[in-house]
Amino acid sequence: MSKISPPRYWREAKYRYMLVGSRCLNCGKIYFPRRSICRICRSRKMEDYKLSEKGIVESFTVIRRNPPSGFERNVPYVVGIVKLKDGVRVISQIVDCIPEEVWIGMPVELTFRRIREDGAEGIIEYGFKFKPTNQ
Amino acid sequence: MRRVAIIGVGCTSVGEIWDKSLKDLAVEASLKALDDAGIENVDRVYIGNALSPILQYQTNLASIIIDSLGFNNSSSILVEAADASGGLAFHEAFKAVRSGLIDYALVVGVEKMSDSKPSEVASALMSFEDQDYVAFTGVTQAGLHALLLRIYMEKFNVKHEDIALFAVNAHKNASKNPYAQFKNIIRVEDVLKSPLIADPLRLLEYVGISDGAAAVVLCPLEKAEKFRSNFVEILASATAVDKLFLTERDDILTFNSTRIAAEKAFKEAKVSPKDIDVVEVHDSSTIAGIISLEDLGFCGKGEGASFVSQGKIDLNGELPTNTMGGLKGRGHPIGATGVYQIIEVVWQLRGEAGKNQVDGAKIGLTQNIAGLGSSAVVNILRVV
Repeated sequence: MSKISPPRYWREAKYRYMLVGSRCLNCGKIYFPRRSICRICRSRKMEDYKLSEKGIVESFTVIRRNPPSGFERNVPYVVGIVKLKDGVRVISQIVDCIPEEVWIGMPVELTFRRIREDGAEGIIEYGFKFKPTNQ
Repeated sequence: MRRVAIIGVGCTSVGEIWDKSLKDLAVEASLKALDDAGIENVDRVYIGNALSPILQYQTNLASIIIDSLGFNNSSSILVEAADASGGLAFHEAFKAVRSGLIDYALVVGVEKMSDSKPSEVASALMSFEDQDYVAFTGVTQAGLHALLLRIYMEKFNVKHEDIALFAVNAHKNASKNPYAQFKNIIRVEDVLKSPLIADPLRLLEYVGISDGAAAVVLCPLEKAEKFRSNFVEILASATAVDKLFLTERDDILTFNSTRIAAEKAFKEAKVSPKDIDVVEVHDSSTIAGIISLEDLGFCGKGEGASFVSQGKIDLNGELPTNTMGGLKGRGHPIGATGVYQIIEVVWQLRGEAGKNQVDGAKIGLTQNIAGLGSSAVVNILRVV
């Protein structure tokens, strides 16, 4: 990954910091990531929609080899598909647990974390990850 | 609409080819295909490539490659659709010849990956997905396949061994393909003991880093006899798309683009899955190969692994699959793969597949997808 430009980073910041997607004002369908046209009813009237911060792990993997540039120091790290309470799914890192502790159906919640660093001069990127819910 | 034939094929070996550049590879494959057809020039060149803007920092490939070929009175276009670039370049060439717009088309798929570090290649491959929301998470392509593999095994209660057998078949067939990258015979134990790259996916279940180029020459069927006696007709070439984000799909274990493209192709070709003698599917991983067999209609959903473990995909099985090694065995030079698949089916139909020849193969099918199926192209070919 080449250097991220500040405008490219900042225009997604709201959505990636707080897990904001889109909701169709016509049919109510919720999407993540955000989009301008509803797939179901083709309405163009969409609003920002703050997604649920809690969900369960539907599938997960542990990235052990050949991570993309910027993620080398994280290996091994867990990435999963999280199904949120409002029915929307997201792909996200799952943190604050070791890979062996993750299971399908595990309750997780949103957490705000550092994603990657772009060398000594680039932007330090932040965004969403999920962690096990304390029960 | 005219009927369309393939009159020439040619490819380079697949592997880490240190002494050849992207241009060298494209030219070598193109000249072999032109020589195989016995033709000097074409009306238009269709190039399939995905990663040269990232890995070679080279754009304008349509001009770069046609200039290298020295075709001064022709024209060219680049088709990019991740690892379906080659298949979609072929599809576009087919449509142009079929419509009567042009008579002679050269399709060349090319990729040069070995000049870059593995982390650069991993990042480049993630450009198939949305950069801002999927690549951003740090997931790799192997990781995305692993997410599917875990759900598949859980949902259908399938043993990993049965899925891993897909890679065993791939290496077995590649061992007798002189152009293949991974010719070592492997056993299912080797696959299951190979290092985890993205749990539960193991190293020998996933494609490597490959250089290679493959080319074919198309013309109207009525002109094909001038060039050769055993040419191949393109009965159908169909494309379809699916939702880009895996997380948005209704059934994450179905490649809808493959399912729809296959339905369209079977209808257009007026054949059914039972009529197919050889098939080349897009096995960028073992699980992708198995899901592809299901969505093409060769077996039911959740039955792909047992289809494989019953030996039905073997060279002497019911449906010889990935007969020259597939993506896993032959190698997966991204933008070239879809064209390699066409060539391998043409070899089978012309009786030129050597030690991997399937006796009496008359009709073959290829399936080439972008990433995890955001686009798909399905082609059905028949020997004339």
